Amino acid sequence: MKTTLAWLKTHLETGASLDEIVAALVMSGLDVDAVENRAKDLAPFIVARVVSAEPHPNADKLRVCLVDTGKERVQVVCGAPNARAGMLGVFAPPGATIPESGMVLKQSTIRGVPSNGMLCSPAELGLSADHAGIIELDGDLPVGRPFAAVLGLDDPVLDIKVTPNRGDCLGVRGIARDLAAAGLGRLKPLDATPVAGRFPCSFAVHLAGPDDKACPLFVGRVVRNLRNRPSPRWLQDRLTAIGLRPISALVDITNFVTFDLDRPLHVFDADRISGDLVVRGARPGESLMALNGRSYELDAEMTVIADDREVLSLGGVIGGDSTGCTEATRNVYIEAALFDPVRTAATGRRLQIQSDARYRFERGLDPEFVRPGIEIATRLVLELCGGEPSAVAVSGAVPDWRRRYAFRPERTHTLGGLAVPAAESRRILEALGCAVSEDGARLAVEPPSWRGDIEGEADLVEEVLRIHGYDRIQAQPLARETALPKPALTPLQRRRGFVRRTLAARGLVEAVTFSFMPKKLAELFGAAPKSLAIVNPISADLDQMRPSILPNLLMAAQRNADRGFGDGALFELGPQYRDDTPDGQDLVAAGIRLGRTGAKRWDDPGRPVDAFLAKADALAALAAAGAAAESLQVSAEAPEWYHPGRAGALRLGPKLLGYFGEIHPGVLREMDVDGPAAGFEIFVDQVPLPKSRRGRAPLKLSPFQPVERDFAFTVDAGLPAETLLRAARGVDKKLIAEVRLFDVYEGAGLGEGKKSLAITVVLQPEDATLTDAALEAFSQKLVAAVEKATGGTLRG
Amino acid sequence: MERLDHIRDEIQRLVKQAASLEALEQARVALLGRKGRITELMKGLGALAPEARRELGAALNRLKGEAEEAIAHAARRLEDEALRARLREERVDVTLPVRAESEGRVHPLSQTIDEIVAIFGEMGFSVAEGPDIEDDFHNFTALNIPPEHPARQEQDTFYLPEHRDGRKVLRTHTSPVQIRTMQKVKPPIRIIVPGRTFRSDHDATHSPMFHQVEGLVIDKTTHMGHLKGCLVEFCRAFFDIDDLPVRFRPSYFPFTEPSAEVDIGCSREGGGLRIGAGGSWLEILGSGMVHPKVLANCGIDPSEYQGFAFGMGIERVAMLKYGIPDLRAIYDNDLRWLRHYGFLPLDLPSMVGGLAR
Repeated sequence: MKTTLAWLKTHLETGASLDEIVAALVMSGLDVDAVENRAKDLAPFIVARVVSAEPHPNADKLRVCLVDTGKERVQVVCGAPNARAGMLGVFAPPGATIPESGMVLKQSTIRGVPSNGMLCSPAELGLSADHAGIIELDGDLPVGRPFAAVLGLDDPVLDIKVTPNRGDCLGVRGIARDLAAAGLGRLKPLDATPVAGRFPCSFAVHLAGPDDKACPLFVGRVVRNLRNRPSPRWLQDRLTAIGLRPISALVDITNFVTFDLDRPLHVFDADRISGDLVVRGARPGESLMALNGRSYELDAEMTVIADDREVLSLGGVIGGDSTGCTEATRNVYIEAALFDPVRTAATGRRLQIQSDARYRFERGLDPEFVRPGIEIATRLVLELCGGEPSAVAVSGAVPDWRRRYAFRPERTHTLGGLAVPAAESRRILEALGCAVSEDGARLAVEPPSWRGDIEGEADLVEEVLRIHGYDRIQAQPLARETALPKPALTPLQRRRGFVRRTLAARGLVEAVTFSFMPKKLAELFGAAPKSLAIVNPISADLDQMRPSILPNLLMAAQRNADRGFGDGALFELGPQYRDDTPDGQDLVAAGIRLGRTGAKRWDDPGRPVDAFLAKADALAALAAAGAAAESLQVSAEAPEWYHPGRAGALRLGPKLLGYFGEIHPGVLREMDVDGPAAGFEIFVDQVPLPKSRRGRAPLKLSPFQPVERDFAFTVDAGLPAETLLRAARGVDKKLIAEVRLFDVYEGAGLGEGKKSLAITVVLQPEDATLTDAALEAFSQKLVAAVEKATGGTLRG
Repeated sequence: MERLDHIRDEIQRLVKQAASLEALEQARVALLGRKGRITELMKGLGALAPEARRELGAALNRLKGEAEEAIAHAARRLEDEALRARLREERVDVTLPVRAESEGRVHPLSQTIDEIVAIFGEMGFSVAEGPDIEDDFHNFTALNIPPEHPARQEQDTFYLPEHRDGRKVLRTHTSPVQIRTMQKVKPPIRIIVPGRTFRSDHDATHSPMFHQVEGLVIDKTTHMGHLKGCLVEFCRAFFDIDDLPVRFRPSYFPFTEPSAEVDIGCSREGGGLRIGAGGSWLEILGSGMVHPKVLANCGIDPSEYQGFAFGMGIERVAMLKYGIPDLRAIYDNDLRWLRHYGFLPLDLPSMVGGLAR
């Protein structure tokens, strides 16, 4: 919502400066987005007379002008075709900042002739796009004075951010009213004296739905024998200053009353209305050619104003072209009405029409100001266009808006944190237009008709506080419930932090990628259910909730590769989505390594990333989450986006904790990602929490030396090493401290389809040193168990 | 006795001549071995008269001691020489670069969330969470945003397809977690909710996904003075500026009443933006006293309980604190950017350690 300072002062009698007014607006809840103070920007630019304009000795298109600045005569080189002796223009002295370019003007020499300033074009001063020549000022203007002040361009424009609840401030008068309440001046009286009708209004109006709330009040009158012409200068300037385009007096008046008094109106060309008017829901198949030149298909939920023949206007949204006013219009019908905010908003949204009227209707208008609005508009029409007014025809009635709330004055303190004396609260509420009466220790407060947003005591507290000043509320520390704070994180949340920082410590860089991705990618990585497709995506690339984080990481890594940073390692700790229920979201730690383990170096040639790197990352993440590697089961089964022979799943008992492996080369090809890539996905929250967090099991340190024994077995080449390791570990869980696989060998001497797995078994006796006999017995037991579990044989 | 002097000279000669540990061992055997010179002499002691035996015995013992010492000394010298020779061989070029160790980084958004949690944790808040995919009730209706409310239209909401239970949305703010918490937990409540949020807006200053942190305090006595105290402390701790000006400005949110926007002081002199006292203001968060209707919507009696809520964009405060100029780069995941703006893995923020970086 824009206004100028002078416009504001037509409603507010005040001695306050612009800065004071801006500060008061901001601190009472009407945030000022911008103040365009052209007086300040244009101050160095003065009215000047061109005394002479001679051809430049060294350039055909330039002229050397002698310019009278009021104080002195200076020489200026000018390229404008219209520079000539005797004209009045706008002069910029050296040191002035040109608004268009932000450049500071300097003395210069142009093709050998000194130039001490500039004669400005409208574009250079930001007044229009006109670059064709320098500004020519008309009439007898005082040379040497700032031209902006002389032309009345120095009225500062305030751009005010009106919050959605304050529909009443979508008119300049509403803003003035708030400022007056804040103590910045006095609200000037508004003359809304009814204009006497000279004849009865010729149109009957029937209010017919779509429901009772759609249009409770409709007021209209005819003005006949008027002349629609351009508006006077003051009105054009007002509208131009706030960014509206003056069109004709009748249109300008409706815009002016909308912005000045927050009262949208519509003016119909009365000669193009046929018969009575009816306010009703649109009928199937009806459409409206609107004033913006577009045609709209209407439906029964939309409130229209129609005559005998057709729809003339969409109530509260936009007028129709057929009854629009032109220069030729002689007789008009002026309408002021109340339209249902909800229905108006829905209509505007469905038809995608943004209009100043819709904006105001959907935020709620003052129900008591319909009649005064039409009287003021009538007066303006008569003043600017002449003509004879009819009587006002009123259909419907002002809906009951009166509400009364109990206000406990101490609530400013107990809710607002600021003890405002009851008398001061009362003064503020009354200044805002509330009717206040005493009701025991409480106040009974009736908000004014224009404040439909006030709905209870908390709102009244806010009204008092914002006018009294939020600045006066004393900051108080939040009382602690305990002397020391309790942990802010649950064990589950804290663990996620361990996982994050563990992966980063392993050399992966944390990424944050969008929760959505292209549907095609989602399909490659599991699923793209319809229930997780975004109906209104920002682009086709972001139309599906991600079933996996990996594709986003792969795309990010490939972008880095395209920039020349190919060997990237990225991870993300974030959600992936199974379905649209509150439980359909899993927290996943996912990571990828792309390309090689690193650039070749003198001590390490590097190698392509592989499944074991990803497995190490996955196990580290799980260990950080509390699942130790030795308690996990690894199996060679992973989803289809992994390499079928180089990927696996990690489980703890029946619980699936994650996957790791090389990414399927076919998937990479589909994604245009240069391989190889290895990745992992860990379902961090699936790792069971430890049962007790109190202390640890007692530590028993054996005084006896551990013993190591090596064994090698020949087994089928397809046997998972895990089977052998598990069998070995299971032989004597108490005695075996560790089983290490130290060699995997396939080749000559083993036979077709065989391989050798060699392990070191570390035995840790606790009660006595192991005897040779005991060791021998253990070895036999181990060999038997492993051979049984693997079908292999001990290598001799 | 003269013979002994002779042997003494021989000891010195043999030991000195030994050019290797092997030669030295031969010398030792020649002197002290089973058939060595000194051993032989000692064997002959038994045949002497007691007087002479004692005298010669003592002299021989001395001589033996001297021999052992000379040999040990020579051995140490030879070992030292051998070590020196080996070390000369083992020389490496220490100017060669070390083995590659890649250290990752923690994303600045994660670090910022950890910082925010560290501060509010000190004030007794705990971290609550909720789903990214929300229903209409939790994201809007319960927060006093009815379907046709203008505020609802201003939030550019991402929708999922219509089905039996209505239309799901991607949460437009973290506020629905307020609702979920109040429905579940009896006051007093003191939570913060960092998380992902979504709005269908994509330009230089808007990202379709971004992060917010929500705060909620519900009890019987918390008022706007506490809201102010809590957020002033937060801003000053987070930006590590003790005298950071913090301004509360009346505003409007459907779910709070009274409502306030919070600005921090800054300076724009010289074209750059600097946080701190300096004449200009920068809006960083929205806040207010929880609307009585919101409490009632969650089954909490507004005549008994009250409290405040606030919401803040995490990207915005991270950008301000760490001088990150471009919002879009935050999601681009350019490794160069991540290494520059990211944090070391072990740099876990805490109040005791300080939050300035």
